[in-house]
Amino acid sequence: MGIEGVGARVARKEDKRFITGGGRYVDDMVVPGMKHAVFVRSPHAHAQIKKIDVKKAQAMPGVVGVLTGKELKADGIGNLICGWMIHSKDGTPMKMGAWSPLAVDKVRYVGDAVVVVVADTKGQARDAAEAVEITYKELKAVVDATKAIQPGAPQIHAEAENNLIFDWELGDAKATDAAINSAAHVTRMKIVNNRLVPNAMEPRAALGHYDKAEDHYTCWTTSQNPHVARLVMSAFYNVAPENKLRVIAPDVGGGFGSKIYIYPEEIVCLWASKKTGVPVKWVADRTESFLSDAHGRDHVSTVEMAFDKDNRITALKVDTIANLGAYMSLFSSCVPTYLYATLLSGQYDIPAIHASVRTVYTNTAPVDAYRGAGRPEATYVLERTMETAARELGVSPAELRRRNFITSFPHQTPVIMNYDAGDYNASLDAAMKAADYAGFTKRRADAAKQGKLRGIGMSCYIEACGLAPSSAVGSLGAGVGLWESAEVRVNAAGTIEVLTGSHSHGQGHETTFAQLVTQRFGVPIDSVSIVHGDTDKVQMGMGTYGSRSGAVGMSAIVKALDKVEAKAKKIAAHLLEADEGDIVIENGEVKVAGTDKSLPWFQVALASYTAHNLPAGMEPGLKETAFYDPSNFTFPAGCYICEVEIDPETGMTEIIQFVAADDFGNIINPMIVEGQVHGGIAQGVGQALLEGAHYDASGQLLTASYMDYTMPRAADLPSFKVSTSNTPCPGNPLGVKGCGEAGAIGSPPAVINAITDALGVVDIAMPASPATVWSAIRAKH
Amino acid sequence: MYSVNYHRASSVADAARLLKNGDAKLLSGGMTLIPAMKTRLAAPSDLVDVSRLKDLQGIKVSGKTVTIGAATTHYDVSTDEKLKKACPALAHMASLIGDPAVRYKGTIGGSIANNDPAADYPAALLALGATIVTNKREIAADKFFKGLFDTALKDSEIVTAVSFTAPAKAAYQKFRNPASRYAIVGVFVTKGKDGVRAAVTGAGEDGVFRSKEIEAALAKNFDVAALGGLKVPAKGLMSDIHASADYRANLIAVMAKRAVAAANA
Amino acid sequence: MSDVSLTVNGKRVSGSTEDRTLLVHFLREHLGLTGTHVGCDTSQCGACVVHVDGRAVKSCTMLAVQASGSTIVTIEGLADGAELHPVQAAFKEHHGLQCGFCTPGMIMAATDMIARHPQGLDEATVRAELDGNICRCTGYHNIVKAILAASKTMSKGAKGKAKQAA
Repeated sequence: MGIEGVGARVARKEDKRFITGGGRYVDDMVVPGMKHAVFVRSPHAHAQIKKIDVKKAQAMPGVVGVLTGKELKADGIGNLICGWMIHSKDGTPMKMGAWSPLAVDKVRYVGDAVVVVVADTKGQARDAAEAVEITYKELKAVVDATKAIQPGAPQIHAEAENNLIFDWELGDAKATDAAINSAAHVTRMKIVNNRLVPNAMEPRAALGHYDKAEDHYTCWTTSQNPHVARLVMSAFYNVAPENKLRVIAPDVGGGFGSKIYIYPEEIVCLWASKKTGVPVKWVADRTESFLSDAHGRDHVSTVEMAFDKDNRITALKVDTIANLGAYMSLFSSCVPTYLYATLLSGQYDIPAIHASVRTVYTNTAPVDAYRGAGRPEATYVLERTMETAARELGVSPAELRRRNFITSFPHQTPVIMNYDAGDYNASLDAAMKAADYAGFTKRRADAAKQGKLRGIGMSCYIEACGLAPSSAVGSLGAGVGLWESAEVRVNAAGTIEVLTGSHSHGQGHETTFAQLVTQRFGVPIDSVSIVHGDTDKVQMGMGTYGSRSGAVGMSAIVKALDKVEAKAKKIAAHLLEADEGDIVIENGEVKVAGTDKSLPWFQVALASYTAHNLPAGMEPGLKETAFYDPSNFTFPAGCYICEVEIDPETGMTEIIQFVAADDFGNIINPMIVEGQVHGGIAQGVGQALLEGAHYDASGQLLTASYMDYTMPRAADLPSFKVSTSNTPCPGNPLGVKGCGEAGAIGSPPAVINAITDALGVVDIAMPASPATVWSAIRAKH
Repeated sequence: MYSVNYHRASSVADAARLLKNGDAKLLSGGMTLIPAMKTRLAAPSDLVDVSRLKDLQGIKVSGKTVTIGAATTHYDVSTDEKLKKACPALAHMASLIGDPAVRYKGTIGGSIANNDPAADYPAALLALGATIVTNKREIAADKFFKGLFDTALKDSEIVTAVSFTAPAKAAYQKFRNPASRYAIVGVFVTKGKDGVRAAVTGAGEDGVFRSKEIEAALAKNFDVAALGGLKVPAKGLMSDIHASADYRANLIAVMAKRAVAAANA
Repeated sequence: MSDVSLTVNGKRVSGSTEDRTLLVHFLREHLGLTGTHVGCDTSQCGACVVHVDGRAVKSCTMLAVQASGSTIVTIEGLADGAELHPVQAAFKEHHGLQCGFCTPGMIMAATDMIARHPQGLDEATVRAELDGNICRCTGYHNIVKAILAASKTMSKGAKGKAKQAA
């Protein structure tokens, strides 16, 4: 490893612009003549639209246009879709209700977009939006998925009877039931995974610009995958054909899943730009984000875990109800199915697993992937149940886990996944050592003397990253392939541009991807630029989510680098009159091994473009493209330990220490990996202790700003102790697994296991706020 | 935010005159008013900015008498050396309001005139038995805070200062709403020449109030031990998604004990 | 409409704007200083923090006209020419940012925090003082580390200067 190569803690190249105020986010974009859009949103959770009167609004100062769903439909703009087909147990396809970008006949959640107002300033657009008169006939609403599937519940979409979207299963029901019936012990739990709001700090935004002369659209949008946005808006929403639509996702201020999907607003801004003849920008307020960003989680599960007399797990049965909100968001169907149930084996050798999942419409914001997406829910089910089982069986949590760890690889689980590598004992050992687990008993006693309750909890998680072999996800219903593309362009004077279909919105790709190039050719990292986020520059890509940019995105770069290296070696061999096999490239030089013959890197690059003296038949230029389709998921895993201290008088929980020991495979930049883990833990701790989206029974979101939705602040968290013990991933050329979601996946059960340990209770609801903890203490006494 | 006309007052008298415009409101630090205007929950026609009036700024300590100008910021209250000696509890309380950027702008006058049921200053002034000085009269704190966002202030009446006699002992303890960081419960206790006063913010359905139970328990013995059997009734306390009335009642007792311990420390 | 005159990052600027225009929007839209961000509606996230007359305030909670006559420093004016401010340098060195959206406000708040604590900072103080700045990416771990490091650098620098003066 060089100082800028693979494995080095290289300070981020992109930081300069962010720390000097030079970042360029969508809201920073200005196009001449640009106007501002404000959406009129439904104040009701469920209502028929009887009448829309826009006359008053149209007459307001500065107003350029007031547009409705009827006009949008008349122009042929399509409905939003869910891009992953799931079939129910009975073979029927999922029941997808229509989702118009602007509601036409009916609104189905508070925040549903109904009318868009375009005006000279945002203030004027807001003033006019208040003047739009919409007559609603209110309908009964339902927000709780377990209630929404009861007979007689309000019917949200005609397509989905009893609001049931699908009733899906995975695994062997018979074998699972048989094992449970003959078990020495069965641990049973009801597990609730609370609804979260992703809350990237940059609110969603879109700027649509229709160029009449060129009959061409440009969309700047806060997207994690601009190419998928272009594909979907072209192929399904009928906004414009791909060659007439450029999508740019510039600097994006965090995503966490919420910026994967194509939302109504970007479609409407593009359409409204053509309709009004001006570029149209929309930027969400925070409350608008709370109402209309796709939320995460919201599962209710019943779990049965069976053990034999030696405390070995013999079966796991899970029945889950997942709330998908009012409409099916783009990838909503795969989150509680193939990203969830396939991970229910965890780190354990479980012979029989059966999962049954019902997904349900409710009068709430759509629910889709949020950091971890299905895997946190699976880990929470499993690791909470393991903890309870250990307590019931009277064995230590670590011992019960060790007893059941998978120790030989590859390992085929009963729920599709084939784990390729791992060492679960190693992470557990590392975490217990870092946490001084052995010293906990004394620490607990010391705390008790101060009147405080100490608890410790662990969580051993596994996740599947690097989404994924395209043929595999295709066979499971995915509407897209999940490969990645890369293009490596060596410029004539030797600098290098890498075009990638991955998108960086905080992950540091401009640095880590450049490290790969530096490692390969020995060129300074400053001579390497990473280009991403623009469909006019990068031909096609699948974007960044599911911790896939390393395992898939970087693998594509490696493949393209292989091709560039091969061609460069051919050119150099020709120029140096040497054998191609003897050429080595290092430290910015192309050398003939074992001789003093060499050429500077730039001369090889230049030679490829002057083309004066190339090997016979070789095309000029030094630019290669690669598409990489992984052969398997990757399987990061690890062990997290949380120690808490609770003030029994107030119910306040303090995190005394949080330890993470992860196995991410090979690491390109440890500094960036640690940062990803820190952020993930903060979100996981946030879920466990602080965050929860709360609708009242009428469907009003009570937690629609930071006044009521608790975001983790600095003082809510400790510094984290993070480490890695890595087993390289055999499935990709770099041996990397992915690290973006682990923190959010592994931490909630560790926190709740610690709190229930401290309180001596079986379960406590997330978020375990001071009020909730205090109530649990009071209920116990 | 709706359209608004901004005026920068040149004096208190000028401000009083400007306040007669339409539905005008005083603007001091703006830490509550501007967020409310941004979300269109408040819609004054005019804003009269008094934050730069020198007459309204500063802290005077003369013997035991403390006078604080209405436009004095939380930051200035929290860091004033004279006040830290005369009444450290109030300086400490000011250091717990909002966050550093809010403390730089927010003012004591703005806080009490708004009388948010979760604001800190109302509890402090009530417990200190302070006098609220306006451009027209002086009002005892006991008469000033009328209910949720309601005070004894009349139209175009402007708070110019607050004054109080520094008590022998005082302390404030606050349990924050995890989301908003406002008080779920804040208890300010004082022991002065007129006895013990304890005021509670964040909890009451009608806003800040004096706790009879705490005052009675501490009257004879200003000690944590005197609060051993304290039972605060949940009746009349707020319930919301963050805290039930029962939980708030519990927190009042806990914060009262901690405040007394701090006051005696 | 009112006239607004400010000194921003050392330059005198003026313009006419609606009275309801927030300072943050004046900076972003009238002056093109888009480094200052808006992340919430409730004055809590701190992405908009700038220095007004030497104090770190939330520019989303102040009218532009209210600030008229003031001296303002934004993230764009913090570095001394090409040389980064020590807090900026520390954020880069310690990976105190990921998506960069909260970063300008964090840095402006941190410089103010360090100035208020010339005697130095400890971790608990830094965390408490960051109450008005929300970050969703970093878990604050490296932000805290960066501020502590910058505080050390700056107090050394201050001592160095004091020595020179003596």
